[in-house]
Amino acid sequence: MIAIPSIPGFLKEPNGPIGKPVSRVDGRKKVTGNAHYAAEFTLPDLAHGYIVSSAIARGRITRIDTAAALALPGVIHVFTHENRPSLAWFDRKWKDDDAPKGAPFRPLYDAEIHHALQPVALVIAESFELARYAARLVHIEYEAAPHQTDLRANRADSFTPGKDKGGFQPPPKPRGDPEQAFLDSPVQVDAEFTQAAEYHNPMEMHATTVLHHDDGTLTVHDKTQGAQNCHTYICNVFGLAKSAVRVMSPFVGGAFGSGLRPQHQLFMAMLAATQLKRSVRVELSRPQMFSFGHRPETIQRVALGADRDGTLRALIHEAVQESSRNENYVEIVVNWSGQQYKCDNVRLDYTLTRLDVHTPLDQRAPGAATGVTALEIAMDELAGKLGMDPLELRLRNYTETDPNTGNPFSSKELRACFQQGAERFGWAKRSPAPRSMRDGRELIGWGMAAGVWDAMQGQAAAKAVLGVDGKLVVSSATADIGTGTYTVMTQIAADVLGLPIGEVTFCLGDSSLPTAPIEGGSWTVSTVGSAVKAVCDRVRSQLVTLAGKRDDSPLKGVAEEDVLFADGHLIVRDDPSRRLSITDVMRGSGTLSIEEEARALPYLLARARHTFATHSAVFVEVRVDEDLGTIRVARVVSAIAAGRIINPKTARSQIQGAVVWGIGMGLEEGAFTDHRLGRVMNHDYAEYHVPVNADVPDIDVLFVEEHDDMVNALGAKGVGEIGIVGVPAAIANAIHHATGVRVRDFPITLDKVLAGLR
Amino acid sequence: MAQLKASLRPTPAPPPEPIPVTLNVNGVERTLHLAPWTTLLDALRLHLDLTGTKKGCDHGQCGACTVLVDGRRINSCLTLAAMQDGRKVTTIEGLTTGDALHPLQEAFIEHDAFQCGYCTPGQICSAAGLIAEGKATTDDEIRELMSGNLCRCGAYPNIVAAIRQAMATVATKAEGAS
Repeated sequence: MIAIPSIPGFLKEPNGPIGKPVSRVDGRKKVTGNAHYAAEFTLPDLAHGYIVSSAIARGRITRIDTAAALALPGVIHVFTHENRPSLAWFDRKWKDDDAPKGAPFRPLYDAEIHHALQPVALVIAESFELARYAARLVHIEYEAAPHQTDLRANRADSFTPGKDKGGFQPPPKPRGDPEQAFLDSPVQVDAEFTQAAEYHNPMEMHATTVLHHDDGTLTVHDKTQGAQNCHTYICNVFGLAKSAVRVMSPFVGGAFGSGLRPQHQLFMAMLAATQLKRSVRVELSRPQMFSFGHRPETIQRVALGADRDGTLRALIHEAVQESSRNENYVEIVVNWSGQQYKCDNVRLDYTLTRLDVHTPLDQRAPGAATGVTALEIAMDELAGKLGMDPLELRLRNYTETDPNTGNPFSSKELRACFQQGAERFGWAKRSPAPRSMRDGRELIGWGMAAGVWDAMQGQAAAKAVLGVDGKLVVSSATADIGTGTYTVMTQIAADVLGLPIGEVTFCLGDSSLPTAPIEGGSWTVSTVGSAVKAVCDRVRSQLVTLAGKRDDSPLKGVAEEDVLFADGHLIVRDDPSRRLSITDVMRGSGTLSIEEEARALPYLLARARHTFATHSAVFVEVRVDEDLGTIRVARVVSAIAAGRIINPKTARSQIQGAVVWGIGMGLEEGAFTDHRLGRVMNHDYAEYHVPVNADVPDIDVLFVEEHDDMVNALGAKGVGEIGIVGVPAAIANAIHHATGVRVRDFPITLDKVLAGLR
Repeated sequence: MAQLKASLRPTPAPPPEPIPVTLNVNGVERTLHLAPWTTLLDALRLHLDLTGTKKGCDHGQCGACTVLVDGRRINSCLTLAAMQDGRKVTTIEGLTTGDALHPLQEAFIEHDAFQCGYCTPGQICSAAGLIAEGKATTDDEIRELMSGNLCRCGAYPNIVAAIRQAMATVATKAEGAS
């Protein structure tokens, strides 16, 4: 069943769809309102749930009075910890594919309050409005306990986590003598950086609709990046047979990591549906979108020591992040610093501080977005002290091998990113001194940064069914959260079998499909795309075999590698007049359909001996109003090395969108906690600012050529994360160049700049 | 603070009784019996099963629920259905003519002006309202006047490009018609 996909050189069909800017195959559905998201499925018996959130950050519930809510006609039930049914006991039953070490949060489990906005009751009513109204009538009394939500105040009380989460690597051991080398360095930078907590805030609020069928089976429409992850979770928690539940997520209204773990609306909807034996929908409110995972608040220190020619002699990067009391959320923050630049004396430290918050959660380029920002600002500061061009400093310390492991990169075209990005931006025309470029009252600044992200691959399976009509259906239980999965998988399948795009359908977002891991970390093209290629390779082989069977076949005796697949035909490579349509091949052999399933694995041997990464160079122009301190990003060039680009149109959108995320992280986004209450105060779209249209300039994306035949059978590395990495640093560096003001506290709001301008 | 004494808690009012509301939705007259606290957004999504109009915040902060009422773009979550009694409501489902897409819908696909697609119906309805208003002529004006519609995927540059193209198409069509 395991198929090792053929090497990328096999993708050599002329004019195949791989690499073409194909418009999204699900585009028509999305622009006509026919793409249906989790809260948009229904049955006549649908009841509506509304969650009541805790008013305190820590303590316990002493009394819940639901009488007033239940007295309203149309209110069906109020679920609380006092009346919940018996559920799974062991922590492992509550774990999911993205769970870190620890005990997962259990909604409505007991009277204890662990974090602000913790769900404490679920009101079920005949209408949405009634459920919402009744939720306000649930009276809850608490006994508050002292809480700690302030990372800065508690940072001393931190610990070093282990390998506490899938995909996490603790920092490598120190090399050389970083402390002494730093002291001995003639040029030094030593600075502290703070990053506010960020909330994913996808446009679609988390929602689950459980459809309760007459035979007792359940169809669960959930907002998730992993239908199978949620399927396993609810079967475990509620003790259900796997065959009795199907989780669907064909369309996901953004997630950016928020759907990597089953969120509590899923639990709540399942609880009500299984107890009440009817269909139930639970949708979070926008403020409740601040009641679960987030990009953790982080404090970092970066110390760089260099010779006068810019050669790095010492690199120290320390980070402390918040996690919850119950789980060790970890992400790779500091390791990148040891990987990006050549340096013999390196110490990388990463610690966690437990706070009374919900467990943080992966958010677009988790760890790298935060850690690389600090590193790349420190590099800019170092360049300033050296009187050296910031780009030149990065080239001076460029490395062709990964210093953390000593292994070579499978491919690394970062140099080309620097060169092509700088050229496109016009970097050579930069006037080096801060505050030396202006346009009227606007101070102009040009900043740059480098970025890096992993090119990961997991295991996935895919199924292909080719009909005698030449129509192909390929499926795998992955997700498309706007990333373009539907489209790129369609392209890969169409390419391998030489079919027009319109003849191929790709199915995803369904727990009953062949196994695929949670969709995230830029690994879906690599992971699922390889499985799609593998299964289509098998169909291809079958077709060649069938085509050669008949004595009168023009393909008789032709080897597979000599057959070209194009326009729905099998064509002899050296003699295009010898051809057969797929339909003729199947009819001729009496085959109605070809069905194959295959699983693709990473090239483990190559992976053990190489580092696999995407790289970027980002160049930013900001304009800062000299009097008001307002900051505007005027221009961005992002040069990306990510291997083969399957679809330049959707890939460009991924990078653009990630740059917008970088603008948000750099200038706007931060969840601010009132530590007296332990609550995020700006918990809606009006107060938690995300970039709007007017905040975003044209974003110039360029993909540099990067050939990689070790990364996977497609040569593609994935582009979801790399676009954000480095952007906040490039913005901060541009602001410094414009104003001479160095801000190391994110987001960089105008008050922080203005304080320095005055 | 979180604990109000029982005696101080207001006596809950009973849920309101439904009232008749007539809306002309995408050219079809629809009479509904709705509790008066029902927003236009929930009337569309929950009572008419027109789920193309999206709920992104329910607070008038994101624009995902934008529809056209008598040709003007509004946040359908910020108005009660009963307040729009007798009005003409156009949703994303009403922009297509048979199988033919609206020029904005075509342009959004061509320019990849969306990713997850959740804000898209609101963006398109808002852009239709914007074009009808005739105020935006430059890219910066499009950016400014589309800033009530958040796109968390960050498709803004492509949204601007799509609107620019559709604006030209609509103008050409209008010229041809006159």
